[in-house]
Amino acid sequence: MTDTTPPAAPPFTLPKYPGGTGAGPRPSAALTPKGFLARNPSVLWFLLALAVLTVAVTILSPAFGMGSMSTSFVKTLGKTLCLCLAALAMDIVWGYTGILSLGHMAFFALGGYMIGQWLMYARTEEIVVQSLATSPIPATAQEIAQGVGTQIFGVVGGSDIPLIWSFAHSLPAQLALVVLVPGLLAFLFGWLAFRSRVTGVYLSILTQAMTLALSLYLFQNDSGLRGNNGLSGLQNLPGLAETSQDLLSIWFFWASAAALALAYILLAWAISGKFGSVLRAIRDDEARVRFLGYPVEGYKLFVFVITAVICGLAGALYYPQAGIINPAELAPIASIYLAVWVAIGGRGRLYGSVIGAAFVSLLSSWFTGGRAPSIPLGFYTIDWVDWWQVLLGLSFVGVTLWAPKGIGGLFDRFRGLRTPDRKGAPLGPDEGSLQEQEAVE
Amino acid sequence: MRAFLLGLALACLGLSAHAETVAQIVATHAADIEKPSRTTIGPVISDLAASGDPMAARLLEAWGNKQLGERKSDKTFFLLSPDPAGYALTDLTGAPAGTAAKSDITELKPNAGVRGLIASALVQFTLSDPDPAKRANALTSIAQDPNAESLAPLRAAIDGETDPTLKAQKQRLERLLTLRFDADTTARVTAMESFGADTGLDLRAALTPLVATSRMASAGPLEGKNIAREIKPGRDLTAVEAYDLLVADGSAPARITHEDQEKALADHIQSGSVAGFPVSDLSIQANRDRAYTALEAAGQVPPAATDDEVAAAITAHRFYEVYTEADRVITDAATAALGKISLKVGVLQVADLGLDGLSLAAIYFLAAIGLAITFGVMGVINMAHGEFITLGAYTGYVVQQIVPGYTASLLVAFPLAFAITFAAGVAMERLVIRHLYKRPLETLLATFGISIALQQLFKNIFGTQARPLTSPDWLGGALTFNDVVSISYIRIAIIVLAALFLGFFLYLMKRTRLGLEVRAVTQNPAMAASMGINPDRINMLTFGLGSGIAGIAGVAIGLFAKVTSELGTDYIVQSFMTVVVGGVGNIWGALAGATMIGSLQKAIEWLNPSNTLAAQTYMILFIILFIQVRPRGIIALRGRAAGD
Amino acid sequence: MKLTRRSLLAGGVAAFAAPLMTTRVFAADDTIKIGVLHSLSGTMAISETTLKDTMLMLIDAQNAKGGVLGKKLEAVVVDPASDWPLFAEKARELLTVDKVAVMFGCWTSVSRKSVLPVIEELNGLLFYPVQYEGEESSKNVIYTGAAPNQQAIPATDYYLNELGIQKFALLGTDYVYPRTTNKILEAYLISKGIPKEDIFVNYTPFGQSDWAKIVSDVVALGADGKKVGVLSTINGDANIGFYKELAAAGVTADKLPVCAFSVGEEELSGLDTSNLVGHLAAWNYFESADTPANADWIKQWHAFTKNDKRTTNDPMEAHYIGFNMWVNAVTQAGTVDVDPVLDALIGQKFPNLTGGTAELLPNHHLTKPVLIGEIKADGQFDIISQTEPVPGDAWTDYLPESAVLESDWKDLKCGMYNKDTKTCVQLKSNY
Repeated sequence: MTDTTPPAAPPFTLPKYPGGTGAGPRPSAALTPKGFLARNPSVLWFLLALAVLTVAVTILSPAFGMGSMSTSFVKTLGKTLCLCLAALAMDIVWGYTGILSLGHMAFFALGGYMIGQWLMYARTEEIVVQSLATSPIPATAQEIAQGVGTQIFGVVGGSDIPLIWSFAHSLPAQLALVVLVPGLLAFLFGWLAFRSRVTGVYLSILTQAMTLALSLYLFQNDSGLRGNNGLSGLQNLPGLAETSQDLLSIWFFWASAAALALAYILLAWAISGKFGSVLRAIRDDEARVRFLGYPVEGYKLFVFVITAVICGLAGALYYPQAGIINPAELAPIASIYLAVWVAIGGRGRLYGSVIGAAFVSLLSSWFTGGRAPSIPLGFYTIDWVDWWQVLLGLSFVGVTLWAPKGIGGLFDRFRGLRTPDRKGAPLGPDEGSLQEQEAVE
Repeated sequence: MRAFLLGLALACLGLSAHAETVAQIVATHAADIEKPSRTTIGPVISDLAASGDPMAARLLEAWGNKQLGERKSDKTFFLLSPDPAGYALTDLTGAPAGTAAKSDITELKPNAGVRGLIASALVQFTLSDPDPAKRANALTSIAQDPNAESLAPLRAAIDGETDPTLKAQKQRLERLLTLRFDADTTARVTAMESFGADTGLDLRAALTPLVATSRMASAGPLEGKNIAREIKPGRDLTAVEAYDLLVADGSAPARITHEDQEKALADHIQSGSVAGFPVSDLSIQANRDRAYTALEAAGQVPPAATDDEVAAAITAHRFYEVYTEADRVITDAATAALGKISLKVGVLQVADLGLDGLSLAAIYFLAAIGLAITFGVMGVINMAHGEFITLGAYTGYVVQQIVPGYTASLLVAFPLAFAITFAAGVAMERLVIRHLYKRPLETLLATFGISIALQQLFKNIFGTQARPLTSPDWLGGALTFNDVVSISYIRIAIIVLAALFLGFFLYLMKRTRLGLEVRAVTQNPAMAASMGINPDRINMLTFGLGSGIAGIAGVAIGLFAKVTSELGTDYIVQSFMTVVVGGVGNIWGALAGATMIGSLQKAIEWLNPSNTLAAQTYMILFIILFIQVRPRGIIALRGRAAGD
Repeated sequence: MKLTRRSLLAGGVAAFAAPLMTTRVFAADDTIKIGVLHSLSGTMAISETTLKDTMLMLIDAQNAKGGVLGKKLEAVVVDPASDWPLFAEKARELLTVDKVAVMFGCWTSVSRKSVLPVIEELNGLLFYPVQYEGEESSKNVIYTGAAPNQQAIPATDYYLNELGIQKFALLGTDYVYPRTTNKILEAYLISKGIPKEDIFVNYTPFGQSDWAKIVSDVVALGADGKKVGVLSTINGDANIGFYKELAAAGVTADKLPVCAFSVGEEELSGLDTSNLVGHLAAWNYFESADTPANADWIKQWHAFTKNDKRTTNDPMEAHYIGFNMWVNAVTQAGTVDVDPVLDALIGQKFPNLTGGTAELLPNHHLTKPVLIGEIKADGQFDIISQTEPVPGDAWTDYLPESAVLESDWKDLKCGMYNKDTKTCVQLKSNY
């Protein structure tokens, strides 16, 4: 590949903020090389906000501070950060590259399953070894394996340890699998799909089919991952049986915050450079980029795999906080929600996706938690438990129709940036070329 | 004839026939009759049947129909019949005994097993009853519980039969009983051969027990048994099974279990070692075996079979499968008959599978045909399509609540479902989709939002409980070709409906003005507009049409499955698959897609009958791979019509 | 537009801030809080909403009688939304934020398994009202539903003894309850001399609607002349398609009886039962039970729901017994603290709605009579068999690895005690 900058319009070379394609052409800035952070002030702001949040949560948490925040809320926040991480990945693959994947939560859940295997196996092994130690004859390896098998699979009517648990005893191996399994699946699927030029809605439906197939497969007991029951008790870390959940929850919160910060910096850096420009170009007109000599399929595959791995890692952090993972987590609806978050937060800007994920998922848990006050209308009482989904669905329609920039668009408004209003007219010179553009502008 | 039968029954149970009345028998066995069990009630029922009391048949019949009751106040039994006051009572001599309130009577509810015995006892009374329905019941009862005793009365009842259907049934039943229970071998073989390759389940049920086998082990050649074949350990049965056979008939000692071995070892720990093996070494199974053998040698533990001994015992014996039926002639004839039958059954099973696949394909096609219009023709992704199906099903449910009569309500429900979903589709197109024609991915998301909202709305309105949508009686039951191939009428109706839609769609697109305009707008909206077609109007109508068809599909699907708010969700991914696999923009494609997916799913289920989930997984996997080979579907449009 | 965005944002801030400032205003200490942990939305809402209403009714009734220990009871209702991780989260909230004295909740086994680690960690108390697969006994859970030996095994006995069934089709939805129950049943049937090849097992996904093939497979089992019976652990709305297909195929109860463990009055209300007359269900309670206590209960339920057609069902009775036992135990212990209440709970007796008395055993299960009913045309059941109360067995006797285990929270203080080695295998449960 030649190292020339694609001769596309200036917006490609000059992101005003990470993700945005720039509010308008500012060619002069492109010529003056600036530091990464200087070009992306939002990264600093984001890190600052995250740091403030982390400190605040730590101070309020039961483990280190006043305890005015419950452990379950610390867990909720920790989980939300993991969801934000997944949303970040989704934003890269959809907001920047234009691949609307409706299957990324499958990678998220696979990451959870991989770490879950170790958590479950190691904790059970501890219990089994302890109980076998009372026998006068030392236990054989088979006895331990059998005991573990009965303990883990007795619940679902089995006792043998399936082959896919071969590495479950080893943390490093399972950690490697957290990266490898989602990565390989994404590679295989992406390679097949992109190679045969499946694009647009076809690809979306195909990814949805992938996650559906996977969840149906895992729903079977014979899949070896305990079917509908999934893996549970994941909040108890092996070897830390005496450590209280107060402490564990804050550790996981820190880990999630660190992962999110790290991923944010990395992704912001990656997309602010030439690589990011190519991605946006692919989103806006794939054929043109291909004609310019870029290996479009390679780019797409790379992004697909990297984001899948990020989702896998996010899942590996998420499920120990949730405590249980089961195949319902891979249902197509989960991935669609991921897209919903990103869309509501604002596609094509990293902080938008984070805000969207945090905002919608927290709001969702508030409304469904029975905490939201009902609204009595006299003849009918609006119970939020019943009406939240309706509101979410409709607000989603509203966002796509009238506010394609999502919540992130509010920031533009504060800064006085405006989207050119074209009254639904074609967005580019050639009708076909810009259909896929996600109307950021 | 009746007198003869009664006499026969009396003769059978000659001893107990010292003319007790029904009332006396009931009084003696009151406790058993209150809480009957199949295992203990037999003699009481035989006594009743054999009592010679003319009330016996009436009492048994009432008892079997749950019309026998006990008055709480004085613990006497009465025959019950409905009455405004509660029950009209008839005492056990047949005399009316006034009425009683419902609360004064305990109804006796014999379980199905007891009712079966009662029905068998009634056979002798009803086999030649003037009422054909009772005769039919008697035949059913014999068919369900075939026994040698029924053979004689059945034969006696054939000649007097006037109803040709019942006569045929009686003759068939007679042959079935003959081949199982007749004393004469030739008669049995003749009966067997008379059926030919009949695929009736009852015939197979009669023949199979004749060739039932059991496994046997023997040190020498097996004498005096009707041997089916010799079986070899390792080929026909596992070594473990073979050894278990030997253990079972006492010709070999049992193997020691893992736990017993551990226990024995633990009992012989002396100063940190067992038979010279340090305890810490016993964490390896091989060492445990060695330690146990050492203990065995020292005579401290009972000998247990080791692997060598097991192998030796197995080679020393021969294993056979032996027929339970001793007569070689019978088993040979039965095997031959079954052989003929099984070939035919195999062919028929494939046919049945084909029908299953066809009906599943019709369901998928019906669910997808609306999508074939909105997605296939217009290129609009409507994720709320599933909810339109649900909407149609709920319309059917509501109509059934209002309109009496299942047939009439269906006649109202179909057009109404179409109208409502048509309106919903038009509204959605006007309000949302119209603004997003240039942004297909956004359409997907927006319609998804609508789908979420609609689904929750259904829940809020109709609750989460499944709602009944009942098909009229003429759609109940199944078209049964024989005991292997059958298909329910409701599925036939769905296949017919799917075919109708296909025809309607083809007619609409190829033969009407609207169809012409739709095709024009699809191919080139600008050109169509300049020819005087209003693309907005056409888009609206097309979308409404696709949605309306989804509504009708909803009624049909609701008829055979459940009506819940999640009904549509179950079909949406499959529907998209159907359209994508078949080829977008072509109704034949949707048909091909549905056929392929439906039959494939059935075929996979057939290969792996114990797990339906796996079938769905493999099917989706197959589709993903199929798209690799034919990214544009089975029937791909070419040239300009292919659009992008 | 502007307005929406701002209010959304404001809502978001509020949502975020509310739990932060959550030194929630607790009502004064004159109430005792009871957590109700049943899904009010999602797939399980269909079954669990009824149980939430039951709990509210029971709590109302108890308050009308003056509450417990001189304090009023207060229900804290949360919605875990049929989302298993959410069950754990909500349980933690109930225990740590709302500080409830006891929880009544869960339906599916997986939701119970999700809650288990939380309540064992925080020493909570959960009453679990649904028939389940057994193989569990937690210190912190009272199982008021049936264990397999109180439902599945007696139903199988009925098939073997009363109907003379020789060949069994075990049909189930693919999840833990059917899997474990069928495993136990297979072992049981083999111990009763039914050969393995005469036991046909099939699993279908949740919400299965295409039953034609499976029904015809089951009918074809009769080809070898043995009497076939179906034991169904099919769950939820998949039953509707299944029974419709049975009716269409003309499978009558005489030819091929189907005995269901998860189909009650509520499920039948979504069906036309005229074609299903005679098929069976096994429960510990039927609405048609003819006792004065049951008549009162139904009347109270109709009055509370203002709906004369709402059916009652087995898990409702389980909550009724569980709640009353808890009230009595609290009164006896004089406190709502979990440990003394647990001690007082064991041995509690309370009359069943179907007659007889339920007793809470040291293994945290109840003694219950087993009822077998035949479906009637009106969607109710004819009770055709009622056993003496059967003590619930946490660990089944028909699986070798479980037969050696027993649970006793009174003397042994262990839920998983190995009778052979005389040791407590583990104090916490498997999940």
